[in-house]
Amino acid sequence: MIPVQFDYVRATSLNDALKTLAGGDGTKVIAGGHSLIPLLRFRLAQPAKLLDIAGIKELSGISEYKRGLRIGAATTYRDILDSALVRDRYQVMMDATSGIGDVQVRNRGTIGGGVAHADPAADMPGVLLALGASFNLRSKRGKRVVAARDFFQGTFATALAEDELLIDMVVPPLPRGGASAYVSIEQAASGYALAGAAVVVKCSRKTVTECSLALTGLSDRAFLAEAAAKLLVGTKADPDTLQRVGAAAVEGIEITGDIHAPAEYRRHLAAVVVGRAIRAAIDRV
Amino acid sequence: MKRSVSLSINGRAHSVDVEPRALLVQVLRDDLYLTGTHIGCDTSQCGACTVLLDGRATKSCTTLAVQAEGHEITTIEGLAQGGELHPMQNAFWEKHGLQCGFCTPGMILSCIDLLESNPDPSEAEIRHAIEGNLCRCTGYQNIVSAVQAAAVAMRGAPVRTTA
Ligand SMILES: Cc1cc2nc3c(=O)[nH]c(=O)nc-3n(C[C@H](O)[C@H](O)[C@H](O)COP(=O)(O)OP(=O)(O)OC[C@H]3O[C@@H](n4cnc5c(N)ncnc54)[C@H](O)[C@@H]3O)c2cc1C
Ligand code: FES
Ligand code: FES
Repeated sequence: MIPVQFDYVRATSLNDALKTLAGGDGTKVIAGGHSLIPLLRFRLAQPAKLLDIAGIKELSGISEYKRGLRIGAATTYRDILDSALVRDRYQVMMDATSGIGDVQVRNRGTIGGGVAHADPAADMPGVLLALGASFNLRSKRGKRVVAARDFFQGTFATALAEDELLIDMVVPPLPRGGASAYVSIEQAASGYALAGAAVVVKCSRKTVTECSLALTGLSDRAFLAEAAAKLLVGTKADPDTLQRVGAAAVEGIEITGDIHAPAEYRRHLAAVVVGRAIRAAIDRV
Repeated sequence: MKRSVSLSINGRAHSVDVEPRALLVQVLRDDLYLTGTHIGCDTSQCGACTVLLDGRATKSCTTLAVQAEGHEITTIEGLAQGGELHPMQNAFWEKHGLQCGFCTPGMILSCIDLLESNPDPSEAEIRHAIEGNLCRCTGYQNIVSAVQAAAVAMRGAPVRTTA
């Protein structure tokens, strides 16, 4: 299908982009376009103007920052996969990124676009939650920092205001000696998660001493499962404990049921991916 | 609301008048008659429309022509040089990596992107790399063989014909 007419401008700099967005004329940002263009084609989105931010240098790239990483919003998944910094330190991000869509999607899609779009089945929001990332947002009005846990607010809903750009994501280091993993069960055609779990653990003599756990694909947004993560601490992650953690992870969560998977099946998958992700992370310690 | 856009395609500069909403695949096919780039779906999933954008496999149905300005585009028409098929095209021919041929241009371009970054991929890596290219005919087995043969050829040795 063909999108409705719109105007298109390329931002010449970050400042130029912020100025355009401050205009309040319903301008929509486009980065890789891999969420937005399908919406335009189905006419589910009909913005009057697109602002292309792909060429803004400050928005892409991965660099060391406070012993962790700073990842520019317009960094493609391909560039994440090619990054030695990510590969060496954040297995959870490598796991998730290599499973996003397909090569073509990863070549064009950006981490910031995926995060700003906030598809409830996207892989990266869960990863950023488990890692305790924080997001730098900017508009003509000023800068602010929003923690990942406050950023995702519902289906396609985030803390971003209309005139705001996501600039980058700051990922803190893993706990010393810690390890991480992401496991999802995918919807076969698109690769989106029916259920996905991102885990960071630290162990001492086979006993888990720290754990952070986040899930995606199950409800209207990715979420941290803090009570469930606590159940794991002090255990050796035996099968019974993993069962209990998997069940606790979705307690009180309104689980989605749709044409891809009924809610009961997703609940079952949640326990499966939580168990597998925890095991995978522990095996990497 | 048409505007002039300059696109560099297969090493040649083209100037086309397009609306911002025009998809790259439409411009390639309908304005420039480069019909080797196919359209197989409406959902960004089949990969028949794959071209290389700065060397990276890209779905031209999910890219606006205006986004492609300033980038190098390679389509299937740009692979053969001086009447010689690209080693990947040759390998698809030799290994019977196609039947109807509908997926083939996109498949070949994705496989070239793979070998450019990974000259000696395992079978699993080849299969992972063509996840975004659906083939309704071959069952993928001969495509994998073709990529393996092309990998050898592109590292220096000629593609061997098998009976
Ligand atoms: C076939 C297919 C399969 C896919 N499979 C998966 C999958 O398995 N897992 C998964 O997680 N995702 C999947 N995706 C989605 C993909 O990850 C996203 O489309 C991509 O990350 C979005 O990034 P983009 O740069 O293309 O965003 P765009 O489409 O350009 O933008 C998306 C939204 O974010 C806004 N935006 C973009 N950048 C910024 C910014 N810096 N600041 C503020 N707002 C911004 C835009 O205005 C728009 O609303 C798939 C997509 C396709 C087409
Ligand atoms: S035409 Fe199917 S992915 Fe582009
Ligand atoms: S050869 Fe027919 S679709 Fe692949």
